[in-house]
Amino acid sequence: MYRIIRKEQLSTVITLFEVEAPLLARAAKPGQFLIVRALEDSERIPLTVCDFNPEKGTVTIVIQTIGASSKELCALEQGDYVCDVVGPLGRPSEFMEQPVEEVRGKSFVFLAGGLGTAPVYPQAKYLHSIGAKVDVILGAKTERLVILEKEMAGVCDNLYICTDDGSKGFKGLVTGKLEELIGSGRQYDTAVAIGPMIMMKFATLSARKFNLPIIVSMNTLMVDGTGMCGACRLTVDGQTKFACVDGPEFDGYKVDFDGAMRRLGIYRSKEMEANEAYEQAKAARDHKCRIGIGE
Amino acid sequence: MKRVPVREQDPLVRAHNFEEVSYGYNQQEALAEASRCLNCKKPMCMTACPVSVKIPLFISKIVAGDIAAAADVIAQDSSLPAICGRVCPQETQCEGSCILGKKGEPIAIGRLERFVADWSREHSLNETCNENGVPERSGAMQHECVRKEALETEQNDAAQNNCIAVDRKKVAVVGSGPSGLACASDLAKLGYDVTIYESLHKAGGVLVYGIPEFRLPKEKVVAAELENVKKLGVKIITNVVVGKTVTMNWLRENYDAIFLGQGAGLPKFSGIPGEDLNGVSSANEFLTRNNLMGAFKPGAKTPIIAGARAVVIGGGNVAMDAARTALRLGADVTIVYRRSMAELPARAEQVHHAQEEGVKFMMLMAPVEVLGNEKGWVRALRCQKMVLGEPDESGRRKPVPVEGEFVDIETDTVISALGTSPNRLISLATPELEVSKRGTIVANEELATSIPGVYAGGDAVTGAATVILAMGAGRKAAASIHQYLQPATDGGHHNIGFAETGAANRP
Repeated sequence: MYRIIRKEQLSTVITLFEVEAPLLARAAKPGQFLIVRALEDSERIPLTVCDFNPEKGTVTIVIQTIGASSKELCALEQGDYVCDVVGPLGRPSEFMEQPVEEVRGKSFVFLAGGLGTAPVYPQAKYLHSIGAKVDVILGAKTERLVILEKEMAGVCDNLYICTDDGSKGFKGLVTGKLEELIGSGRQYDTAVAIGPMIMMKFATLSARKFNLPIIVSMNTLMVDGTGMCGACRLTVDGQTKFACVDGPEFDGYKVDFDGAMRRLGIYRSKEMEANEAYEQAKAARDHKCRIGIGE
Repeated sequence: MKRVPVREQDPLVRAHNFEEVSYGYNQQEALAEASRCLNCKKPMCMTACPVSVKIPLFISKIVAGDIAAAADVIAQDSSLPAICGRVCPQETQCEGSCILGKKGEPIAIGRLERFVADWSREHSLNETCNENGVPERSGAMQHECVRKEALETEQNDAAQNNCIAVDRKKVAVVGSGPSGLACASDLAKLGYDVTIYESLHKAGGVLVYGIPEFRLPKEKVVAAELENVKKLGVKIITNVVVGKTVTMNWLRENYDAIFLGQGAGLPKFSGIPGEDLNGVSSANEFLTRNNLMGAFKPGAKTPIIAGARAVVIGGGNVAMDAARTALRLGADVTIVYRRSMAELPARAEQVHHAQEEGVKFMMLMAPVEVLGNEKGWVRALRCQKMVLGEPDESGRRKPVPVEGEFVDIETDTVISALGTSPNRLISLATPELEVSKRGTIVANEELATSIPGVYAGGDAVTGAATVILAMGAGRKAAASIHQYLQPATDGGHHNIGFAETGAANRP
């Protein structure tokens, strides 16, 4: 059991948890993910590591309530226990395995889409700490869905906020901002896009226009996360790869996004059923019976 | 006298539930079956058993009506009898060598082993350690269950305190499947401080994620056997992926010896076009969703899709497990296999059960492409017809394609059960650990790896095999580890990995 030592509501639908997991906290590196099970009968859900504190023995995860499983997890409170937390899984970001002196001299631009802001944070934090140049373009639908703005501002050289509706910062998509920056003469060695697959697909198309290498983090379906089931397989450069052990980060130019997005929908109908069942059960729990009160 | 038949759930009923197929023998049936044993002077059954269970001896105890004594005999050689009695391929091992099988039917050794193991569980026989750290059976052997109750209250800690051992050296076991459990049990009985690290959230390895409930009940049998292992003082820590959460170096710094029994968990895909279509999965994924995550249970939170029609590719036990699972989830199931019924590598019992339940078999079919619909979902599996040619290196007749003969089998899902290969998570993170080209860990006859103090066994070394072979390897490694950890007269270790003993020992 893994105790939640901090719960923070980042927006109405986005929750941050800091959870005790000492071995994991000591081993985690930017780019990796973990798997959690909220309760004894819960699904295993993969989540990217947002932050980790080896001294304190904690990891930070950020979850958006979408379906029954994420709602179940977000219903937990500070002081509660998460049934299972396992990781770190997957490979660390490529730059983690390159010599620091080499990485230090490079210029990175991160494109963070919505919840993708969370996994961008540890990467930017590391790169910023070693002295690399880091720009972050943070995109969200609307102002209240912008998360970790303050934290992010502290770990990059320039932070650009974009919202679809223009309620904050640049009005438009992260790709629009990227093209604007490069168009105005900004130069980058590498782009990293993390967010919904559709956003990463278009980020890759934008990067290609400028011959800018781009890394994407593939949030596929998963069960075990250790290479055992193959649910997370995707096509990269014409070959089948497992996001859990070969990734989750891949060269964006080589990823078959359409295939990956199609596979993401395999259980959609089941997920909708589960969500409905969850909402009904919750309504039944929350319902205050007034029969006989005589008002 | 004929072999005593075992009572089973009606095939038409069990095709719709996940309850165990076989009810097993009752004492009367077990006695009748046991009394057929000739008690051979040179028992071939025992020789054919990978862990050399003293079969005639335990059977004679059943005949004598002393089931507790029979359990005791089995326990000397097998750590997981309730499991082995159910899933061992007895027809090619003990029962396959039984002299009675020459003219009639061999003794039903598997069913008898299961009977003894189930009887002891139901009668609360449990192996524990006494004050001197010597393993013993509490319960019927001594006609008292006091120690067991005492242990239940204080669990592991109490068990460890009871096992104040000769030698409290620490051993880490990686993986809680059959090889890890067998190795850990033996080492705990020898008095070592043993910790098993399991990557999943539940212990048991393939016994939990792979073999379905209807062949191996999880709560009744697997959980009970795991409980017995824990009562020996073995600690099991779940959610630790060795190679990720902790490194091999960390384990080496914290333990005196290590056993690697992480199994062969990576699914193989055939590489035919269309394998990434929605509705195609590995048997590993399908079975893990169903067994580990309990997707078959009403209200389960992990989804599973069997479809109205399912095709399973492969002919091994995993293919049968997947097919019989899909059937129980409501699918009309067809197994396609590129050789004929005679070459099916699955246990005869599994094939028989699958047929009884209504699984269809299309033999001599080699899948060439998965066909999809406009939404990217599976529509059919295209297979090429085959004929049997000359025997290949495995001794089985080789399937040869028939030019231009293809069949499209319409289906909603395709489950690929083409075998598994070792997971390289540990070896990739541990360059000094020698692995073969296939990715299996290289170990010598003593099961020592290229790293001193690190031993390995089971599927991680052999590639996919059986529960009993893995268990045998776990026991063998335990013996080697014990040897390695014995204080030598010169103060050093006896056996220091095969790096020092030379490559000649390698298999």
